[in-house]
Amino acid sequence: MLGTDGKIRLDDADRAASASRQPAVACPGCDLLQCLPRLGPSARVRCPRCGEVLATAPVDPIERPLALTVAAAIVLIVANTTPLMGLAVAGRAAQTTILGGALTMWSQGQALTGALVAICAAIAPGAYLLFMLAVLTAVRRPPAPPWVGTLLRLAGHLQPWAMPEVMLLGLLVALVKIAELATVTAGVGLYAAGALPVLLAAIAVSFDPGAIWERVTWVGNETPPRIAPR
Amino acid sequence: MTSAGLTAAHLGLTTCATCGLLSRPASDTVPGHCPRCGASLHRRHPDAIQRTWALTIAAAICYIPANALPVMITTVAGSATPDTIMGGVVFLFTSGSWPLGLIVLIASVLIPLGKLLAIAWLLIAVQRRALGGERARMRTIRLVRLIGRWSMLDIFVDTFTVALVQLAPLMSVQPGLGVVFFGAVVVLTMLAAESFDPRLLWDRNPLESTHD
Repeated sequence: MLGTDGKIRLDDADRAASASRQPAVACPGCDLLQCLPRLGPSARVRCPRCGEVLATAPVDPIERPLALTVAAAIVLIVANTTPLMGLAVAGRAAQTTILGGALTMWSQGQALTGALVAICAAIAPGAYLLFMLAVLTAVRRPPAPPWVGTLLRLAGHLQPWAMPEVMLLGLLVALVKIAELATVTAGVGLYAAGALPVLLAAIAVSFDPGAIWERVTWVGNETPPRIAPR
Repeated sequence: MTSAGLTAAHLGLTTCATCGLLSRPASDTVPGHCPRCGASLHRRHPDAIQRTWALTIAAAICYIPANALPVMITTVAGSATPDTIMGGVVFLFTSGSWPLGLIVLIASVLIPLGKLLAIAWLLIAVQRRALGGERARMRTIRLVRLIGRWSMLDIFVDTFTVALVQLAPLMSVQPGLGVVFFGAVVVLTMLAAESFDPRLLWDRNPLESTHD
C-alpha cells in the first residue's frame, strides 16, 4: 500500500503479526501503527509520536516477579495482622491495625470511607498479589490456560486501587499529628507497611504483561488470524 | 525505530484494550471480540467524552462539601472542635511540621483541583478539535493518572487518627461528613482519568510531523 522506506506496509504488518515475535502494534496513546524492534535486556520502547511506553523487556519477566510477589504477600499479611502504631496518654493505651482503622471508620458512621480504606489498603493489594501469584505460577509451564488472561486483566484493573505507598505517608502524617497530643510508638506492622510499597514497585518494574499474553492459549484455540484487508 | 505513517483506525484495525493485540474487528458497527483474550473490542473507549464529563462534573460538585465540611471532630474533655482539610493543613504549619503541612496541602487541595481543571481542559480540547499541542496534553493525562492516587492521603490520615484516638471521655476523634465527599472526589477523578481515551487527542492530527 505504501512503498516508501520507513513506513509500514500492510503485508509487513501482517507478516510481523503472524510471526508473533515482533508484532505490529498500535500505540495505546495515539493509535500510531508501528513494528516493534527486537528489544535488548531491560530495554523499553516509546512511541515516537506521543511518547507512550509501548513495550518493555525485563530480564526475567516470570521468575523474578514471582519471587517478589511471594515476598510481598508475606509482608502484606504481617502488615495486616500486627499493630501499626500504639498510643499512650495519661495511663491509657490504644493501638490500631489497617483493617482495625477501616472498621473504626465504619462504626463511627462513615461506612463508605471505611470500605474505601479497606479496599485501597488491604483488599486491592491482597487480591492483586493473589491473582499475580496464580498467573505467574500457571504461566511457568506454557501453554497457559485462558483463565490466566482473565486473572491478568483483573489484576490490571486492581492495580490503580492498591495504594500502600499513599497509606504509608498517611500513617506517618497521622503519627506526627498525634505525637503533638500523646506518646506514639511504632509497631511491627509499620515496618511491614514501609516495605510493601517497595516490593509492589519492584513487581511492576520486573513484570511484563506482554510476555504473559504471548504464552496464553487463544480463546477457542484459534491460530493467529491474518490482519490484511478482506 | 521505524516511523510509520498510518494509524490502526486508518486501516480499520482495533487494539484490544485488555491484551493489546491488534486485530481486524468483525465489522465497523459490531466490532466483536478479541481473538486472543475474548474481551469485547472497541475502536475507542465507549462514550469516552460523555462518561469523563459526567464523572468530572460529579467530582467538582463533591469538591465543595469536601472542603467546606469538617473531616474530623476532635473532642477534648467534653468540648468538640471541628476540623476541615485546610484546618488540618494550618495545624501542621503552625505546629512546626511545615514539610508535612506542605505535603497535605499539595495532596488534598492542589492535586484534586488540578486534576479537575486538567481533565476539563483535555475534554474541551477534544471537543473543539484543537490541533497542535497534543504532546503537552498527552503529558498532562499521564501526569493526572500518575499522581491522582496521592489525593487519598487525607483519607488515610483521618482514618488512622480516628482509629487511634479513641480515649473517651479524655480525648476522642470522630470522622466528619467531609471525609465521604472527599473520598468521592478522589474515586470520581480517578475513574474520569481512566475513562478518557487519549487517542481522541490525536485522531485529527494529520500525521505529518512524525518522521524521525
